[in-house]
Amino acid sequence: MAMGIGTDQLAQRALRLPRSPKILTGLGILLFFILWAIIGPFVRPYSPDATFANAPVPLPPSGAHWLGTTQVQQDVFSQLLVGGGRMIGVALIGGIIATVASVAIGVTAGYLGGLADDLLSMLANIFLVMPALPLLIIMVGFLGQSASSNLFVIALVIAVTGWAWGARVLRAQTLSLRNRDYVDSARIIGERRWRIIATEILPNLTPIVATSFLFTVLYAVGTYAALAFLGLVNPNWSWGGMLFYAQLSNAELTGYWWWFIPPGLAIALLGTSLVLLNFGIDEFINPRLRTAGLTSKGRRGRRGRRRPEFALTPVIRTVTGTGISTGISTAASTATSAGTGPAAEGGLA
Amino acid sequence: MRAIARRLGFYLVTAIVAVSLDFLIPRLIPGNPVDAILAKAQGQQFSTATIAAMDEQFGVNTKASLWAQYTHFWSDVLHFNFGVSVSNGFEPVSSVINAAAPWTLGLVGLATLISFALGTLIGAIVAWRRGSWLDNLLPVVTFFQAAPYFFLAFLAVDLFAIKLGWFPAEGAHQNMDFPAFNWTYISDVLDHAVLPALTIVVASAAGWIVGMRNVMLTTMDEDYVLIAAAKGLPRHRVIWYAARNAILPSVSSFALAIGFIVSGALLTEIVFSYPGLGLLLVNAVADNDYALLQGIFLLITFAVLLANLIADFVYVFLDPRIRQEA
Repeated sequence: MAMGIGTDQLAQRALRLPRSPKILTGLGILLFFILWAIIGPFVRPYSPDATFANAPVPLPPSGAHWLGTTQVQQDVFSQLLVGGGRMIGVALIGGIIATVASVAIGVTAGYLGGLADDLLSMLANIFLVMPALPLLIIMVGFLGQSASSNLFVIALVIAVTGWAWGARVLRAQTLSLRNRDYVDSARIIGERRWRIIATEILPNLTPIVATSFLFTVLYAVGTYAALAFLGLVNPNWSWGGMLFYAQLSNAELTGYWWWFIPPGLAIALLGTSLVLLNFGIDEFINPRLRTAGLTSKGRRGRRGRRRPEFALTPVIRTVTGTGISTGISTAASTATSAGTGPAAEGGLA
Repeated sequence: MRAIARRLGFYLVTAIVAVSLDFLIPRLIPGNPVDAILAKAQGQQFSTATIAAMDEQFGVNTKASLWAQYTHFWSDVLHFNFGVSVSNGFEPVSSVINAAAPWTLGLVGLATLISFALGTLIGAIVAWRRGSWLDNLLPVVTFFQAAPYFFLAFLAVDLFAIKLGWFPAEGAHQNMDFPAFNWTYISDVLDHAVLPALTIVVASAAGWIVGMRNVMLTTMDEDYVLIAAAKGLPRHRVIWYAARNAILPSVSSFALAIGFIVSGALLTEIVFSYPGLGLLLVNAVADNDYALLQGIFLLITFAVLLANLIADFVYVFLDPRIRQEA
């Protein structure tokens, strides 16, 4: 219900945001990984390429190698530490590029309407429906190993396949904002188009831009892992690349768990933190989604006892300039939640 | 029916865009794909005719105009002629794909249906029982939603196939040759399919659970649900009213989900050495087998479009409002 309210109120709400346990947990894990990415390369005990003892099989965790060694006797722990930087880097750059593209395309389509909207929406829908992984594979495949070792190129290619969902959600929301009274009045005053978009529309899109950014970062995490796992992009040394080598040596068939569990778990946890943050923002947009621990406390305060039998939450109608906004905001938040549902499956992985 | 016609038109445009991308990508991206293929395939003998065919397919060393190449590409696509696969002894791409596609279609199709049914059901129950212990399921679901499919596949193989020995770890059936089509063969195939299918179901059900729960929570606030509850209808009827409406966004977001699931399933196949398109894809990547990559991309895109079309029909069947429009 964030769209009916002004920027001031939004800021007030934003201050309340970090109280949600989902946001706190998600933020905590994410900060941990960002720290990991920054200091990992400096605290690694060995070079990730260095080979050690002349053993024919991977060695289990020991004092010298905390997470054991790989088939060719490289230190798993060092590879894990170094891999964080590439992962976070690609995910953030990819997320930023894709989000800028989806804001530009989505808001333009929603605000302009008409033929421009039809064409841009069609473009977004085409990219949504087309399966991303095979498209990525032919793009990266034809680029060849040298070009696809460049992290920026990988992030760009991932962004090409990842902007459409955000554009679609942002378009829908812009569409519902553009005929609000305050936008109309700005238009009547004679404000320029870009100024209306920048000062009247964009601030009210903030939560949705945030979810779509988190979603694309999550998508980039999964996709980068998948591309490295396929051996399409240089696997030395990223978490997906570690799994690529583990799979080549059949680590899962021979029980070398210390080789494939740490990188896989790292990807999964990083993804989990992003999903949690996304849920937190979703619940902020649509309070009905909150799990009971959070709502029942507040509700008991406000409305006394709630019906124990059937969890019916009150329909809150906020009256805005255009009238009752429940219909619109419900539709919008449904779009977000349905979108984050099946779509946010950790990208392609 | 107008809605369906519009969707059909959209899928047609998407198919045209997919074919055009398939045509343009090798031509737009710098580098010479034919040289890359020759460099990778050392030791293999390429006849001049093969090289000429590849030149034509990827648009190198050719004097034909781009438009002439494009129309020629279309006629090739319409005749299922995707060139030869260098990683499979110069067999035509179409026959290489034909051998692998049924495995993927069977596995992914079945797993997707199970995951959709199961995930939607669990999502409805979790929403209805909001505030109970079931809410604790959500963090677990979140984890599975975020974990890469292929990592879950690693865990499944390690735990259920190697440590516990319940299921075979690799392949789609016991013998590589095709025995009689009898119960022994079928049960063997099913036995091999359980673990990969389970991985796909566990990984993809999370999305349906969360999607259904979120929409269901909103639907339960609707007046008609309140009235149904106030009338004193049995609880399962009330839930049915809410769930029937809540499922619509899940069906319409099928379009988004199926692409992700197919992609994840392809990666799962690799871990299980399941002889489907995923395994084909990874071998094609390793050998720079671009013709095969192009063919697989088109086939998967068309399959996903078809699945979307089916989902659209189901939507029309479920939502009377769409039928009213016609």
